[in-house]
Amino acid sequence: MNIKLIADIAKSLLIARWKQTLVAAVGVTFSITMFITLLSFMSGLNEMLDNLILNRSPHIKLFNEIKASKVQPIELTKEYKGSHHFIRSIKPGAVRLELHNVRSIINTLKNDPAVLGLAPKITTQVFYNVGAIDLTGVINGIDVEAENKLFKFNDYVTEGNYMDLKNIPNSIILGKAAADKMLAKIGDVVQVTSPNGERTPLKVVGLFQSGLVDIDKVQSYASLSTAQKLLGKPNTYITDINIKLKDINQAPALAKSYGVLFNVDAEDIQTTNSQFETGSSVRTTISYAVGITLLIVAGFGIYNILNMMIYEKMDSIAILKATGFSGSDVKRVFVGIALSIGIFGGLAGLLFGFLMSAGIDQIPFNTASLPTIKTYPINYNPKFYLIGGVFSIITTYLAGLFPARKASKIDPVVIIRGK
Amino acid sequence: MDKIILSAKGINKSFHDPVTIPILKDINFDITKGDFVSIIGKSGCGKSTLLYILSTMDTDYEGTLTIDNAAMRGLKEADLAKVRNEKIGFVFQFHYLLNEFSVLRNVMLPGLKLGKYSEQEVEHRAIEKLKILGINDEALKKPNQLSGGQKQRVAIARAMINDPLIIMGDEPTGNLDKKNSVIVFDIFKELAHSYQQTLLIVTHDQEFAASTDRIIEMEDGRIISDHSKARV
Ligand SMILES: Nc1ncnc2c1ncn2[C@@H]1O[C@H](COP(=O)(O)OP(=O)(O)OP(=O)(O)O)[C@@H](O)[C@H]1O
Ligand SMILES: [Mg+2]
Repeated sequence: MNIKLIADIAKSLLIARWKQTLVAAVGVTFSITMFITLLSFMSGLNEMLDNLILNRSPHIKLFNEIKASKVQPIELTKEYKGSHHFIRSIKPGAVRLELHNVRSIINTLKNDPAVLGLAPKITTQVFYNVGAIDLTGVINGIDVEAENKLFKFNDYVTEGNYMDLKNIPNSIILGKAAADKMLAKIGDVVQVTSPNGERTPLKVVGLFQSGLVDIDKVQSYASLSTAQKLLGKPNTYITDINIKLKDINQAPALAKSYGVLFNVDAEDIQTTNSQFETGSSVRTTISYAVGITLLIVAGFGIYNILNMMIYEKMDSIAILKATGFSGSDVKRVFVGIALSIGIFGGLAGLLFGFLMSAGIDQIPFNTASLPTIKTYPINYNPKFYLIGGVFSIITTYLAGLFPARKASKIDPVVIIRGK
Repeated sequence: MDKIILSAKGINKSFHDPVTIPILKDINFDITKGDFVSIIGKSGCGKSTLLYILSTMDTDYEGTLTIDNAAMRGLKEADLAKVRNEKIGFVFQFHYLLNEFSVLRNVMLPGLKLGKYSEQEVEHRAIEKLKILGINDEALKKPNQLSGGQKQRVAIARAMINDPLIIMGDEPTGNLDKKNSVIVFDIFKELAHSYQQTLLIVTHDQEFAASTDRIIEMEDGRIISDHSKARV
């Protein structure tokens, strides 16, 4: 009964001042709209950029790094063993790029419950022979199915069918930029020279675009067996193993233990791509800051309007108190007004924010580097709507609380005496 | 002996602004149920100040105030509000009606706050009160569409809505012309005589004061005389 009465009084005061109330509500609506749109768009972009990297990056990469030997010959001499050595001009030693015991590594990893999947890979330098000139390039020998399953290989094959790589022997998928340079089309045969000088003709079965032109200029893909043949190596020859984990956050720890376990170099995604994390979090922070600033500004609008309303309604407050309404009743009336401005303004803001992001979602966004993206990316995460809604209620509540407390403390005797 | 509903014992009040000035000095009196009392006195002698204390709105005083056998000292703000809501009706010089609400709703508000009756019952009772005051035809108008006299009658109806123990008035005709003042005074007389409503009215009108059952005269913050007429 009391609540209903308080709500009724709040409603009447609100309607009597509907123009100012509307302005205040529009302020809240505007800020929530911007908040939602900004965050949806920003995090859509973030997600897209992150996926650009994350989709194609292994969580852990196992390989042999070219580096200086840890144990230098002097250490092996009897006299100087265990001493501290100052050695200058160390050069890297002859490292075999090939991983030892690939089969046992693969078996161990396949049985590891933390591992989602793995894709063995051979990376090798080559020359593409085009007429009189040679272009440098890199051929990635891949397990086509595993590569597609784990790293969405197919998303980047813009022309041709990626499965042809497996089904057609001696085939290659060229980077779009490299193919353009060589004037090669699907069905053409390109000559490739391996590091050991052997020349092999490979049939072009597709083109791919990674999103980074520099990569597309040099990289191309062949199947594992084609790459092994190209290099004249047996079918156990593997240079890299790319691992996807079930939980990306475990990558640094697991990389360390795999490195020790298999006696190889292991690199985790956090180390290789730290700059992306930073970029994303900065963009997100800025969006939140802008959105919350807008809300606070709207809060000041509500504060002003309520102060004005209380100033105008001194008499009404005095008589309500004289006829038996307590200070907290009066406070509830004004907090109620503030909250209804917040709730209605906020709901409208959530709706408009949704419509606006849906609108942005329709705007075409075609870029050669991102073949899978057709319109601007929007993230419709309900979290943003929840945060926006909660924040609009909290700010309007706080904005209303101070004027409401002032109203509740009005002494009716002072007002009545003043008449 | 009739039941005492309001009792003031040794009420003292001073303002400290900036020097301490005593305004009320040792006020003592009782009001019994059904009393029709007027308070008279020169301007500035402390009548309004006394009424604000008696109505529990002003708590800054010395002495004891007992309403309906309950001491008012020490009650919390919300409890005092409840006492005002339930037991006291107040009519001021100014009507203090809320323009956002209809006349009927204005009368109903303290009744809805009390929560003793359902909304329909409160509405029914409000119409009854407006009928007694002869303004039930104006029930659905907004207060700013009424004349000064009509507004003051609505304010009286509002004071009556919870059937208070006592209705207090502070120069309720102060803003009215002679004709409207007479109407309002006649209403008070009728309330006192036909409905046995307890009334405590501050007034400057000697004629009206003379028609009440008991006249309390104040001077310089003291009660200098307290005459009761024999009841007729
Ligand atoms: N807030 C205040 N601070 C200081 N003195 C005050 C204050 N309010 C009232 N007074 C003084 O208290 C005295 C009594 O005032 P009060 O309003 O009770 O008089 P009154 O008898 O109602 O007069 P009137 O018939 O003109 O309405 C006056 O002298 C007034 O100046
Ligand atoms: Mg006065």
